[in-house]
Amino acid sequence: MALSAEQSGRLARLLTEHADRLTARWTEIVAGSLRGRLSQAELARQARELHRSIIDAGQHGLRDLADEHGGELRAVLAELSASRARQGFSATETAISVFALKDALLELMEQSRDADTLRDFVAYSALIDQMGLFTFESFVRTREGLIADQAEQLLELSTPVVKLWEGVVAVPLVGTLDSARAQVVMERLLQTLVDTGSPYAIIDITGVPAVDTQVAQHILKTVVAARLMGADCIISGIRPQIAQTIVALGIEFGDIATKASLADALRHVLRLTGVETATRRARRES
Amino acid sequence: MERVPILKIGDILLVSIQLDMSDQTAIQLQDDLAERIVATGTHGVIIDITALDIVDSFVGRMLSTIASISKVLDAETVVVGMRPAVAITLVELGLSLNGIRTALNVERGMELIAASRADEWDEADADEDAETTATP
Amino acid sequence: MTAGVDLGVPATQAIRSDEDVVRVRQLVRTTAVAVKLSLVDQTKLVTAASELARNTLIYGGGGSAEVTTVEDGRRRGVRIVFADQGPGIADLDEAFTDGFTTGGGLGLGLSGARRLVDDFDIWTAVGEGTRITVIKWSR
Repeated sequence: MALSAEQSGRLARLLTEHADRLTARWTEIVAGSLRGRLSQAELARQARELHRSIIDAGQHGLRDLADEHGGELRAVLAELSASRARQGFSATETAISVFALKDALLELMEQSRDADTLRDFVAYSALIDQMGLFTFESFVRTREGLIADQAEQLLELSTPVVKLWEGVVAVPLVGTLDSARAQVVMERLLQTLVDTGSPYAIIDITGVPAVDTQVAQHILKTVVAARLMGADCIISGIRPQIAQTIVALGIEFGDIATKASLADALRHVLRLTGVETATRRARRES
Repeated sequence: MERVPILKIGDILLVSIQLDMSDQTAIQLQDDLAERIVATGTHGVIIDITALDIVDSFVGRMLSTIASISKVLDAETVVVGMRPAVAITLVELGLSLNGIRTALNVERGMELIAASRADEWDEADADEDAETTATP
Repeated sequence: MTAGVDLGVPATQAIRSDEDVVRVRQLVRTTAVAVKLSLVDQTKLVTAASELARNTLIYGGGGSAEVTTVEDGRRRGVRIVFADQGPGIADLDEAFTDGFTTGGGLGLGLSGARRLVDDFDIWTAVGEGTRITVIKWSR
């Protein structure tokens, strides 16, 4: 427990009594740390909102940030840290927005000399620390969410499936292939085969710096899955050191067609389809 | 028990599986199909599984058996329309559907059957064919 | 294993016949869609459920499947418990070998199903029955 019900009631009264002075000082301290990257009006609005939700919680006898009366206060804190995280502020800059309240309170309470006030301040301080930690955690969560979103966008951008020819699609893979990305590539490639009705797919790995067992397995699984669906895959752009790794790791590429370059692979596919039609024409003519 | 309909279109039999089959329905289809192959004297069977949202080991085995039976009865079986999610799952399950020919859709499946029948007709010209494909 | 907090009331489907295996598949599919599993993950889970439900019917002599939505704080998932009072499995290692079968199938049921889910837990006792718990988590 951070504080007793009486203490939280006193905190609410203290905050109500000195509302203007507290929010003004609070805004001032935060503005100093953010060096003008947020407007005074915006900061004052946030300070007032926090101020109001602490008073509300205090009047209900809040004893700990995690208890049932802290719901709205937590929501306000979460929103504050989420907006800071999205605007690109650092974790420290975000936490200061909460810790500034401690300084503002100290300035208000240090005039009094009795022991009870000191005890109260220690208790309020503990509550503010909880609020600070909570803010930090929400900040991290928001940032993690942002990073995950960006990673997903990057994934979308970095795995295009293009149509090369009638009945031939290609995926030029660029960059490191991890399990998650390999899975996305696999699904997208197979779906494109269905959507375009293409019986041939070329997986070009010229831009892949290294291949480990897992990545090789993913590529192999894609090829097998494509075969089950009635399409053939050709792997192109295997660089010398990757070929060495594949052999060293003992990965069986079996009867999967591999070609040096994307151009070779396309020529191979066209020959496969071309020879068929050419022989048929020859048969018809004879 | 529900039954999967078998349609005759031109020279081929088309089976479009539209329901979540119970094992009994799958076995029934296997029997029905063998009878229809003999009755119609067809040389091509297309099994369309576009509507199937899963293929487990039982259905996988049924498809393999149908392919083997039809081969004995001188008919080519092509499984068409397998969904990507189903293919990925089959690979993970470890089911390779050996001996089954597959195509992306019904149209490609018909081409495949037509091509393999044409090859058979042209077997007499085998020597000539070998020469043609050997020269680049 | 069996981590995760129950989110909803479990739905139970008896497995007494062929048609019940189909019903288990449909129940699992509906739950997987509600939990927002990706299409591939839905397919993997339903396929695993189909294999295990058939095992329950053929080897366990019938039993039940209990489907529950679960949560572990970060993500949601679907848990299925297959239970029967059948003969049990004498040699588990053997039962998990690819290609091993006593039922005339392809022998991919148990080992294959394990590869398709995220968590797999089996309890079995000869003469008492078998209880298999699987979970598939959303990504």
